Amino acid sequence: MRTKTDFEPLLVAFLCHWCAYTGADFAGSAGIKYPASVRIVRVMCTGRVDPLFVLKAFREGADGVLVSGCHPGDCHYVDGNIKAMRREPLLAAMLEQLGIERERFQLVWVSASEGEKFARVVTEMTDTLRELGPLNLKGGEQLG
Amino acid sequence: MPERIGVYVCHCGSNIAATVDVRQVVEQAAKWDSVVVARDYKYMCSAPGRELVIKDIRELNLTGVVVASCSPRMHEAMFRGVLEEAGLNGYLLEIANIREQCAWVSLPGAGATAKAVALTRAAVKKARLNQPIWEREIPVNQATLVVGGGIAGIQAALQVANAGYLVYLVEREPYIGGHMAQFDKTFITLDCATCILTPKLAGVERHPNIRLMTCSEVVQVDGYVGNFRVRVKTSPRYIHEASCTGCGACERACVLWDSIPAEFDEGLGRRGAVYVPFPQAVPLKARVDGKNCLYLTTGNCRRTCVTACQRGAIDFDQKETVSEIAVGSIIIATGFDVFDPGVEPRWGYGRYENVITGMQFERMSNASGPTLGKILLADGTEPRRVAVVHCVGSRSKKYHRHCSRVCCLSSLKFAHLVREKTGAEVFEFYTDLNIFGKQYDEFYHRVREEGVHFIRARGTEVTEIDGQLAVCAEDVELGVYREIPVDMVILNTALIPRHDAEKVSRLFGISRSSDGFFMESHMKLDPVTTFMNGIYLAGCCQSPKDIPDSVAQGAAAAAQALSVIARGKVSLSPVTARVTEELCSGCRICLRTCPFQAISFDQAAGTAEINEAVCKGCGCCSAACPAGAIDITHYGTGQLLAQIEGVCGNEDKD
Repeated sequence: MRTKTDFEPLLVAFLCHWCAYTGADFAGSAGIKYPASVRIVRVMCTGRVDPLFVLKAFREGADGVLVSGCHPGDCHYVDGNIKAMRREPLLAAMLEQLGIERERFQLVWVSASEGEKFARVVTEMTDTLRELGPLNLKGGEQLG
Repeated sequence: MPERIGVYVCHCGSNIAATVDVRQVVEQAAKWDSVVVARDYKYMCSAPGRELVIKDIRELNLTGVVVASCSPRMHEAMFRGVLEEAGLNGYLLEIANIREQCAWVSLPGAGATAKAVALTRAAVKKARLNQPIWEREIPVNQATLVVGGGIAGIQAALQVANAGYLVYLVEREPYIGGHMAQFDKTFITLDCATCILTPKLAGVERHPNIRLMTCSEVVQVDGYVGNFRVRVKTSPRYIHEASCTGCGACERACVLWDSIPAEFDEGLGRRGAVYVPFPQAVPLKARVDGKNCLYLTTGNCRRTCVTACQRGAIDFDQKETVSEIAVGSIIIATGFDVFDPGVEPRWGYGRYENVITGMQFERMSNASGPTLGKILLADGTEPRRVAVVHCVGSRSKKYHRHCSRVCCLSSLKFAHLVREKTGAEVFEFYTDLNIFGKQYDEFYHRVREEGVHFIRARGTEVTEIDGQLAVCAEDVELGVYREIPVDMVILNTALIPRHDAEKVSRLFGISRSSDGFFMESHMKLDPVTTFMNGIYLAGCCQSPKDIPDSVAQGAAAAAQALSVIARGKVSLSPVTARVTEELCSGCRICLRTCPFQAISFDQAAGTAEINEAVCKGCGCCSAACPAGAIDITHYGTGQLLAQIEGVCGNEDKD
């Protein structure tokens, strides 16, 4: 079991292709640094993020999960991000029942030009996760 | 057949290799299940790099390829072509983004190599599950829509039309020409702006391939590259365009004649409620201003305009119309707004009558403007001392961070025109001189030699000292505070995004940069296309630029549209939803989830059915399906779950 002291939290980020993923690329081109423990999975739309994916990430050892996409109104697929937004509180409530703190699952809007914001969001979230300590799921194998 | 995957890790010179231990990534990858070859190379995108992949595919019978390199947004399409060249389906490629999302964002030695390994592993795990899929080709509509009739839009429209294809040019104002039509002279040639613009305006008006729609706005956009459907709302002009000759008799007869501030003259001149915007307007037709016309607002007016018009062109019964057009490409050239200096008292705008904006100076200096080209103070006399203040609202942390790019040069032009027309002393209050274009520096020296004073200023403030207008600032070069009494101040205001740029970006599904202007696909190498296939940018809506750059970008956008037309067909992404009928319970939740009405319900089978021609592959239906009966090609649930395992560093849990 990992301990709090030598702990580099693993953050899995589901990013939509059009906004947040491009924003993350933008952070790269601009050379803005953020923790290497942030791992990105590209989806076409945040509306594609099945709650199953989030559960799977936690089960696989993620200490936090970020879903990030276009700002409301900017979705490439009309309102996929709104669907993700509606899903978020329900999924967060369910995660809390499983003992996964609210702060470990976040939905943040990042546009294609907000590289700096993306770097800030993942850095801050990593700091929060470091405070929270490692996620140790009881009977984690039943998840997902 | 077991999967046989080749892994290729790119150094990208030192871009990746300086931060990521590429050899270690290769060594790790070589151990993974189904990886039959793992190599690194200095530049995978180079010809020898690509050859490496082609050779391996052929000799080792690879069934999938993983390239760990830059963002898939850079080279995914190119590497798909490499696979195709070697006889593999392009979608058997997977890219691990270890440059933009790993090497460039990590400090050396801070876990970047472990991250690169994880991202590559995720790509391998997904690649094992990739299936061949094929892009769909559909014919394109040969018409093009150009939104905005400024110089950039005009150039784009003419270029496409000259190639022999239909262009719809939609302009919100009652005339085309944009800001350029308002200018007096253009820097650095000091050409008369109208004189060089008029042939293009006439070209648009007379072109058999251009359908000009003024007083019109795009209100809805559907479809995709090659096949857009666009709804355009046209506000009533209350004038029969075919009958109106633009003689202006109605305007002079209007009971509100000379009482409404004229937009075209930046409020310096006045017009009637029915008016012809300017003498060279295209189309040269009057327009009734529905917001001010007494008859239209109150119903009480003698309608002197109707009596005055000998051709019976005035028609108060005209209604707003909405037309639907079909086009293959869209060029957005919606231009810019000008910063309002009235928001900050230190510029004195709106407080002192002889403080004007650069655009107002343009109108004043223009021979068809309100003063017939004379530079005059409010009392009708000529100024003896004039200040030009640069960067008003630009390069400011408070207002707009960006440099408006054209103002240094237009400020020099103002100085030249003031000197030429009045002989007044001119003081340029600048922060830096950003003089970038062809022969622009030569123009700067010419204006300097004409005796213009340059003050590198900080904290510029326009005020009145004992009833005398003055500009106060810290002279950075002399290190002193200066108060310069002047008669007139020209504020060279920032070029800023249109007030409704956000609305327009959403209408067309394009992004905006942090400065609010529309965002190009790549700042260096793709400055014309947007992330939306088939939608291109031209002119100042993308960022402030001068006339030659606007014209060049207009032509470039036209070339983009023409290449779509010339190819005659477009490829649509094969990423779409698929229903597994055996799993579908017929609950129809997906039907409500789909933003494109691509899903219907097959009554006979009792299952959902996807229209792949309409589906855009967002995957919202897949996430919503309670039975897991809908999957997305290339972004399947299994593929994404495998990727999650990979990024979390769990290889052995297959």
